Parts: sequence; structure tokens; C-alpha cells
Amino acid sequence: MNLIKYRYLYFAISLLVIIPGVFALIFWGLPLGIDFTGGSLLEVQFKSGTPPTIAQVTSIYSNLSTSTMDISNPEIQPLGTDGLSIRSREMNDATKTKVVTALQTQYGGGQAVVIQDFNQVTASVGAEVARAAALAVVMASFAILIYIWYAFRKVNHPFRFGVAAIIATIHDTLVVLGMGAILGHFLGWQVDSLFLTALLTVIGFSVHDDIVVFDRIRENSNIYRRVDFETVVNHSIVQTMDRSINTQLTVMITLLALALFGGDTIHHFVVILLIGVFSGTYSSIFNASPILVVWENKEWRNWFRRKDESVTTLS
Amino acid sequence: MTRRPYLTLVIILLLVAFAAWVDLSQQIILSNPFNGKALVDKNVPIQLGLDLRGGLQVLLEADLPVTATVSSNDLSTTQQILMNRANALGVSEVVMQSAPPNRIVAQFPGLTNSDQVVAALQETGVLEFVDLGNTPLPEGTVIQTDYRSAAAGPNGIVTLTPTSVASPTPTSAATDTATPAPTASAAATPGATPAATPAPAPTIYHTVMAGTSLATVEVAAGSTVGSTGYVINFTLKPDATTAFGDYTGSHIGQTLAIVLDKKIISAPTINAKIDKGQGYIEGNFTSDSANALAIQLRYGSLPIPVKVVESETVGATLGADSIHRSLFAGIIGLLAVVLFMLLYYRLPGFIADLALISYACISLMLFKLIPVVLSLPGIAGFILGIGMAVDANILIFERLKEEIRAGRTLRQAIDLGWSRAWPSIRDANISTLITCFILFIFGNTFGASMVKGFSITLALGVIVSLFTSIIVTRTYLHVVLDSIKFTEHPRWFGITEGSR
Repeated sequence: MNLIKYRYLYFAISLLVIIPGVFALIFWGLPLGIDFTGGSLLEVQFKSGTPPTIAQVTSIYSNLSTSTMDISNPEIQPLGTDGLSIRSREMNDATKTKVVTALQTQYGGGQAVVIQDFNQVTASVGAEVARAAALAVVMASFAILIYIWYAFRKVNHPFRFGVAAIIATIHDTLVVLGMGAILGHFLGWQVDSLFLTALLTVIGFSVHDDIVVFDRIRENSNIYRRVDFETVVNHSIVQTMDRSINTQLTVMITLLALALFGGDTIHHFVVILLIGVFSGTYSSIFNASPILVVWENKEWRNWFRRKDESVTTLS
Repeated sequence: MTRRPYLTLVIILLLVAFAAWVDLSQQIILSNPFNGKALVDKNVPIQLGLDLRGGLQVLLEADLPVTATVSSNDLSTTQQILMNRANALGVSEVVMQSAPPNRIVAQFPGLTNSDQVVAALQETGVLEFVDLGNTPLPEGTVIQTDYRSAAAGPNGIVTLTPTSVASPTPTSAATDTATPAPTASAAATPGATPAATPAPAPTIYHTVMAGTSLATVEVAAGSTVGSTGYVINFTLKPDATTAFGDYTGSHIGQTLAIVLDKKIISAPTINAKIDKGQGYIEGNFTSDSANALAIQLRYGSLPIPVKVVESETVGATLGADSIHRSLFAGIIGLLAVVLFMLLYYRLPGFIADLALISYACISLMLFKLIPVVLSLPGIAGFILGIGMAVDANILIFERLKEEIRAGRTLRQAIDLGWSRAWPSIRDANISTLITCFILFIFGNTFGASMVKGFSITLALGVIVSLFTSIIVTRTYLHVVLDSIKFTEHPRWFGITEGSR
């Protein structure tokens, strides 16, 4: 089975997924939650089962808005069948109490209006968290690059292994961020601290998978010293394929169980993880190791030549 | 180890049995067999995060210009003072952690009224010298005083009143209906004999002087009056000197408690009239405790002002619902994985499942003993840890199969499978631990307890899964192999005759 032969097809598939996500990021932006932007988030449940409409809630917020505390134009999302998630700029506790009282008296329907979650973040902290989050991702990537470089120091070109793993990591980060932008645009999902947790977990898993394949390449390089690198990599991928699929399956099973039956609070988190873990396994098999081959053959020298000359490397 | 699988097996089984015992009990008691006394007596509840039990989390930040640096000493003092105030609210299990350089996270389980809590926290700290009469109260007692409710003079000096409310009998309280607040005329006659004062429950004690009257506070290695430890020297501001001298002169031998935020931090006895505006506090102080008290005396108010930068209130109903659903999801996920391993890997799969149960028992024990606060992402981290544990087993079993196909005997294959799979398991898990570490730092800095909880449980999961896959699974497998003949049952290993 020659998997490595179709490496440019795998790269094309990756780009097919990444490019729409990147466009979504550019045009719609990442829907940053209040963790990163500051503001307040109020989640209320209406025991009567009939929450007010978006226009009704907006008018309550506009009426309570003052010149010093502008909470008009809140963003409102339904939460299950009987709840609302309302995001606005920062408000103080007194205003929060007024909002809840207004919701209770006007739309409570004689039954309780329960605050499920009230979260408030000042803008300055939000901005700092956003910066630190970006830093955390970069630091994690860098630490992993260094570690792989060290762990594979006995192989030829250990640096390439680290870089290949980082490229795969960037792949997964782009897939997850792109999906975040798309899901944010169409379903109103927010990028919060949990999203960041999911992203970093995906990076961890992806590198985990890369290393399993790299480890096989490391071992096989010592056994088959005379065989060319491309064959060794292909053999290693094929050998670890069973494991990759099985591990992927077990992680997907647990995540799927969490996504289907778990609580609402972690639903988005789990779905992002599902997407990311799938991307992570894909990138470790179809991106990270093929990149090593591309690098070994220095194939970029043929990328921009006429087709008849590049046939030899593509076949 | 491989030569003595039975010894290892016994150790593992004891460990798992102990873990299961801890998992199932609310409290663990180990008694010393020689004298019957309890060696270990510890409550081991599962600690649930705010998102699961409902409550309020507040992130406080030093309210200083960005350029100002906050010393870690000041931060920890602030944290301690805030903790005292929080405890005065009567809420149990308040958690307060400093998040250097300039933040403090406070968690109040079960509370939802953020206004009340925040108001209590931001109140300026109040230091008082309180007349306890002849009955010293233990340190840490929370008392009520008449400061700010009675005739407080300028500069915080309370006019000396003739009250001494020391332990009035309950009967007098029942008969006397006079108002407990000292009247202005009484306050004008310092040094008068103590009047029988009613004792409304709880007793209201009289504040002699407030902390604003202190000029300087210093710690000294004291031997002035034969005390062996440390003393705290203080000087008073000029306008408080006379009043304090009069008071101490007439109350020698009585207890004058030093009270911070209504809590007694020290209850020394008045040994002599203090009329020069200088005095010292002695007690069984060590260098550390004397310094701590001096800091509290110096900074009756917070050493650094704080403001609320983030608050989150979680209703308890959401929490209960989330627990049940996530637990259910976790069990379904675990069962599905167990079934998958059993069907695909047969006998080794069954053994891996046993190892997986050991993993779950040990992890839960660690969560309870350390203790780790379990939040929803924390549970997610735990479940992902299961994924890691399974992955290590899968790596080993795939290797095992390959070695058998390559013609090794089963016993050789097991040892080779382990030693060859080890580098990949090691490197992969170390990279996950690196990610956990960075997540932990991020979560710690911003009081993002959810992120922190996730990183802790995932890291623990990785470490425990390394132990179970490398030691537990291998031992189980060796023990089982001693009792069966592989050549008769290749199918138990998921190996068909053709593939060999």
C-alpha cells in the first residue's frame, strides 16, 4: 500500500477545509466571548417555558441603559427551549437586579425566572486574557518544537521533525479557528476560555499522534538503512495505521458520548474537540509525515517547473 | 518485574482496593494498631467546582496604576484580610487564591448575591482595641463591638465609657431592659465603676480605641518583662495618648483584645498604665506570627486597594443538571470504549479493560486525596485521560500483534511489545504534559479555574495512565498467560491462523 504517493492530494484536501475557514476568519472574524472582550453575560431560564422574544428583551435593556452605563443592543441567543443567553456591555449589580426584575414581572408568566449564570468581565482584563491566550498557544507550540527536536536528536535532521509537527499544529489551529468563525457566524457560538482549552488540547493530541508516527520512522530508519526515505515513511504510516484509527475511534467515542448526553455548558467545547481531534489525526498521518518526505526530496524545486519535468517526483 | 508478576500483582491489587475504598467513603480513618488512636482521620468528599454546585466567583485586581508593582507580600496580606472578611459573612468553604502578580480569586459556593459579597469584601478593614473585661476570649473569636455604632470621637478614638460588659449573667439580661448603647453622659465620666449592663445575645463589647490612632508598629525581640518570644511595640498618635493612658490606668489586669474586622487576633492583658503613648503587645509570638500581627496592625485597611474585574454567578439548578448528564455521558463513553476494546483485542482487550477500571479507581482516589476541585472541564479532562490510557494500551497491543506475526513466542512478544512501544508512549505523553503545564499557568494567572481544572485532571490522567498501561496491563497479562496456553487459543488475541 503506497499512501505517501498521493501526498499532494492530502495537502489539497487540507487546503479545501482550511481556506473557507480562513476566509470566514477574515470576513466575519472570530466571535470573541466576554472572556476576551469584556462585558456581561446573563443566562436565564423561564420556568413558564415561554421566554420573551429578542425584541422584548432588547427593549428592556435599552430602557435600563444610561449614559454612563450603555447596555443597549444586547446580543441574545436562545438557550435550550426555555432559556435565553444575553450578552451586553458591562453592567453593575444594581442594573442586573433591575434587568432580572423586569424580565420576571413582564415575561415571567407567573412563574420563576432563574439566573443560571451571570458572568462579568471588565474590558481591560478581557484584552489581557486574549493576549495571554495567543501567547499560550505560541508558547505551547514552541515548547513542543523544542521537545521534538530533542527527542529525535538521533535521527537525521531532527529539526525537520519539529517543524513538520508545528506545521501540522498550525493546520489544526487553522481548522479549529476557522470552524469557530463559521459556527460563530451561523450558530452564534462564542469563543471563550473553554474554546481555548479545546484548542490547546487539540494541539496536544495532534502532536501526540505525530510523535507516534515519527517514532516509527525513527525506528525504521535504523532498521532499513538502505531503503530510501520515502519508502520508510510510507512503511511507518502503514504500520501505525491500525493504532491511529483505533485510538481515534476510542477518543471519538468518548467525545461523542459527551456531545450527545453531556451538559449544555460543555456542548460547544466537546464539538470543537471532536472537529479538532479528527483534524489532528488527519494532519499527523497525511500532513506531518508527508512534509518530511517533501523536505527530504526538496520537492519545492520542482513546484514551479513545467509539468513534464515534475512528473518524476509526483509519481 | 517480569520474573515476579505475582508480587507486583498483589501490590497492584492492594493499591486498587485501597483506591476503591477511598472512592466509596466520605471519610477515611486509619487507626494505629498499637494504641488504637487514629493515625489518619480525613474527610474525603469529592470537591465540586462552582459550575457544578452553584455559587459565586469573583476575580479581584489591585486597583493601582498599571505602572505600580505589587509585592507578593502585600498580595498575600490582602488575601488573608479578605479571607477574614469573607469568613465573617458566615459562608462555609470559601476558597481564596492569590494569582500573582496582582490578582486574587475568591469563590463562594452556594452564594448568588454578588452585591452583598462584593460590598463586604471591599469594606475598609477596621482595627479596634476592645475591652473584654476580665474574661479573655480565645483568638479567632468573632465578636460584636460598639465601634461606629456608639459615640466615636474624632480620629476614631472612642470616648472612654465606663462600661464593662464582661460576662453579665443571663438573669440580669432577662430583668434589665436598659439600652446597651452608652449614653453621652456616661461617656463623660471616665473611670467610673462598671455598671451592670444588659447582655443582649450576642454580647456587644466596647471598643476603647480604633486602629487609626496608631502611629507606628514594630516587632522586637522582647525580653522587657521576662517574656521569651517577640513583642510588638507600638506608639500612639498624640491625641490618643491621654485617653488611652486614662483607660489603661483604670483597667490593669483586665483583657484588652486587638480585633481586626470583628475577629480577635490577640487578647493581651493590661500590665501597666500606658500614659506615654507607647506600649507593647506580648504573647506567645514567634518571629513570624509577630510580624504577621504587626502587618495587620499597620494595615487595618487593605495594603492594596482591590476592585472586582470579573464575577460569575452559577445557579445551582444548572450545576445539578450538568453533573447528572455529564456523569451519564461519561459512563456511556467508558462502556463503549470497554466494549470496543473487548471486541477488537479480545483477551488483551479484556485485560486492558481491567487496567482501565484500575485507572479510573486510582484517578478518582487522587482527585479526592489531593484534593482536586472537579469542574465540568475537569471531568472532560478525566475522560480524555481515559482516551490516553486506552491509546497506550492500543499502541502496545498493536506492537504485540506485530511481534507475534514476526514469529516471536508470546512471552518474548509481550516484553518486546512493551519495550518498543515505550518510546512513542513516553514522547507523546510528555508533549501532552507540556501542554497541560502551559494551560495551568494560563488558568492560574487569570483565575480561569475551569482551564486550570482541566489541565490538572488531564495531567493526572496522563501520569496515572502511564502507570496503568506500562505496569498494570503488563502484570495482568503475564499472570493470565501463566494459566493458559496461547498456541491453543490464538483467537483470544485477535490473531487468526492466516495472519500469523
